[in-house]
Amino acid sequence: MIDLTFRQKHLLGIEGLQPWEIADLLDCADRYVDLNRRPAKKLQLLDGLTQINLFFESSTRTLTSFELAGKRLGADVVNMAVQGSSIKKGETLIDTAMTLNAMRPDVLVVRHQDSGAVSLLARHVNCSVINAGDGSHEHPTQALLDALTIRRRKGRLEGLTVAICGDVRHSRVARSNILLLLAMGASVRLIGPPTLLPRAFSTFGCELFTDMAKGLQGCDIVMMLRLQNERMQGSYVPSVREYFHLYGLTREKLAHAAPDALIMHPGPMNRGVEIDGVIADDIDRSAILDQVEMGVAVRMACLDLLTRDWRAAA
Amino acid sequence: MRPLLFTAVRLLDPATGLDAPGELLVQQGRIAAFGPSVDRPDGVEIVAGEGACLCPGLVDMRVHFGEPGTEHKERLASGIRAAAAGGVTSVAVLPNTRPPIDDPAMLEFVARRARQLKSVKVYPYAALTKGLEGRELAELALLKEAGAVAFTDAEQALADARVMQRALAYASALDLLVVQHPEEPSLASGGVVNEGAIAVRLGLRGIPAIAEVMMVERDLHLVRATGARYHVAHISTRAAIDAVRRAKAEGLRVTCETTPHHLALNELEVEGYRTFAKVSPPLRAEADREAVVEGLVDGTIDVIASDHSPQDQDSKRLPMAQAEFGVIGVETMLPVSLRLVHEGQMSLLDLLRKLTVAPADLLGLEAGRLAQGAAADLTLFDAERPWKITEAGLSSLAKNTAFEGRLVQGRVLLTMVDGRVVHRFTA
Repeated sequence: MIDLTFRQKHLLGIEGLQPWEIADLLDCADRYVDLNRRPAKKLQLLDGLTQINLFFESSTRTLTSFELAGKRLGADVVNMAVQGSSIKKGETLIDTAMTLNAMRPDVLVVRHQDSGAVSLLARHVNCSVINAGDGSHEHPTQALLDALTIRRRKGRLEGLTVAICGDVRHSRVARSNILLLLAMGASVRLIGPPTLLPRAFSTFGCELFTDMAKGLQGCDIVMMLRLQNERMQGSYVPSVREYFHLYGLTREKLAHAAPDALIMHPGPMNRGVEIDGVIADDIDRSAILDQVEMGVAVRMACLDLLTRDWRAAA
Repeated sequence: MRPLLFTAVRLLDPATGLDAPGELLVQQGRIAAFGPSVDRPDGVEIVAGEGACLCPGLVDMRVHFGEPGTEHKERLASGIRAAAAGGVTSVAVLPNTRPPIDDPAMLEFVARRARQLKSVKVYPYAALTKGLEGRELAELALLKEAGAVAFTDAEQALADARVMQRALAYASALDLLVVQHPEEPSLASGGVVNEGAIAVRLGLRGIPAIAEVMMVERDLHLVRATGARYHVAHISTRAAIDAVRRAKAEGLRVTCETTPHHLALNELEVEGYRTFAKVSPPLRAEADREAVVEGLVDGTIDVIASDHSPQDQDSKRLPMAQAEFGVIGVETMLPVSLRLVHEGQMSLLDLLRKLTVAPADLLGLEAGRLAQGAAADLTLFDAERPWKITEAGLSSLAKNTAFEGRLVQGRVLLTMVDGRVVHRFTA
C-alpha cells in the first residue's frame, strides 16, 4: 500500500480537495483495481470497523458498490434505507445522525435528496462521513471513479477536453465532475437545453453549449447524464422524442467528437432517451462498465484513506 | 408618574430637521417641552444623556410576533420586549397568524392582547384577502374601522391580477394602503436562495431577481389604473427599485421599504448552507445590495423595517430546502442600519426618518415626531457604542439572527412609551 495520510476527516465533496489529494486518492484506487481482479479479494484492513450506509434516497448501484467496498476491506457493513421509516415518524435528519452516532460507527456513507444535508449530518457525528450524493450538490465518489476511468483509458486528465451532456441543472454528478476535472487541468464543456443548463454554470470556468454537435467538436470524453422522467412534467423539455433528437448521443453526433473519444454514463441509462443503445454497448468506445468497476476501487480507497488516522491510533 | 427630564442629549427630529444639543421634559406621558434648556418642575427625575441621541421612538412597520398560532416561536410579550430593546416603540404586526387576521374580531383580539402588556404599541395589519388565499377580498372597510393600519397578504404575493386590480380599486376609495410581497410565485416557488452562481454551485433552487420586478411592474400598471396607495414590502433588487423610482417620478402613490439584512448582507451568507441566512426575499447579489443602499440614499426607499420573522431551532436546523424562511431583526435594526451613517452614506437624520416619521406617516400613526404634547415615545441611543450581536444577548424568544457574532456600532440606552421606561440598557 502507498503510505499516505489524508488531511480530510470526511469526504463531503470535491470542493475543498486539493489536486494532490485527488491524485493520491486515484493512485490508491488504482491499486484496488488490481486487487479486485484477483480471485481472493478480501483484506483485513478495516477489520473491526463498522460502516453504515445510510440512504435516504433509493439507490442500487451506489449502495452495492459501497457495500462491496467495505466488505472487501473487512469492515462490518450495515445498510439502512431510511425512505419513509424514521422520516415518516417525524425524526429529523439531526436526530437520525445522533442516533446512529450513538451506535459508534466508524464510517457513515450517506445519500440524501437535499443539497447540503450530508454536511449538516456530518457536523453532528464523530465518525468519518462520505457523501454518496446530496440533492443536486455533489457526488464526489462518482467524480473520482470517472476520473480513474479516464486516467486508466487515456493515461492522464490534464489537457483533455470533456463534454458533459444533459440535465446539468439537477445533476450532482455534473457538479462534482466539473470541480474535479477543472482542478486536474482538463477543460470542461457543458451541453444541454437552456432549461437544464443555467448560464451561471459558466462561473465554474466551463464553456456552455446548446448545440450538441458544436459542443462535442474534438472532445476526448463524452459524459452523458441521465434525464429523469419528472423533467417532462416540469416543462424542462417537451418530450423524450424531442430530447433524444437534440441531445441523445447517436453515431452521427458522436462523429463530431475526437475519433477515439470515450463515452461515459453514471447510470442507470435510459436507452433511447439520452443515449442510443448501440453506442452504449460498443466496447471500444463505451467505458460505462469500466466506470462501475472503478466505482468499487475508488470507494475502497476512500474508506481506506479516511480511516487511516483512526486505525493508526488504535 | 414623576416628570422626567433628559439632559445633555442630542435632540434629533427628522420631521422638522432638528439636530441640536438640548433637553427634553416628559410629563404625564407626553412631551411637555424641549429645547436648549427647559424649566425643571419639582421632583423631576433626571436622565443624564451625556451626549447620547434622543429621537422619536422607532416605528417598525413589518414584524411577525407569532401570536396567535406560533407562540413557540415568538409571543407578543417576547416580541415587544425585543422591540423595546431595539428602541422600537411602535410595531405593525403582519396578519399571517393562525388563524389569520382577516376578520375584525381577530384584529381586536390581537390589539387587546398587546394593549394589556402596556409597552410597545402594536398596530395590526389586516389581510387583503380572506384567509390570505388571494381569491376573495377581506372586509377592508370593517377591518379599517377596527384599526387595521394597512392591508397585505403578508408573505404571499397577491398573484391573481384581477383580484389585485379589485383590491387596489376598492382600497383607493377608502384610501387604504395596500402592501405587496413582491414576488411572482410561478417563478419563485420551490426556490430557497437567490438565483445565480452560488445557488448553482450549492445545488439549490434559485429565486430569480426578475420575479420581484415582474410583480412590481405588473402592480404599477394596476396602480396607475386605480390610483391606489401601494407599498412594496422588503424590496431587494436593483430592477424593482428602479421601477419604483420611475413610478414615483411619474407621480404614482407608491412607496417601498427594505430590511436591515438586505441593506447589510448579500447572498454569500448562504455559503455552507447557513439556514439562518435563508430569508424571503432571498439575500441578493452584491450589486443588488448596493442598489438597496443607493435607493435609501436617494429616497426611493422610504422605510427600513425589520421583517422580524421568528423561527425556532427545529425550523432552521434542517437542510436548506426544508428550513423555514426568515430572520429576527427588530432588536438589531437600528445598529445594523447605522452602518450607513458610520460609512458616511447617509446623515443620521436621513436614516432616522426611515425608521420613525416615514413609516408612521405611511401607516397614519400619531408617532415618529418630537412635538410638544405628543406621546412621549422616545429612544435614547449612543450612535457610536460598539457591541457584538450574540444570540444570548437578544431578548426575543427566537434566536434566528443573521448577524450572530457581528460587531455593530450603536446601542439603545433607553426606550420610553407614553412616558414609561420600557427598556433600559445595563452594561
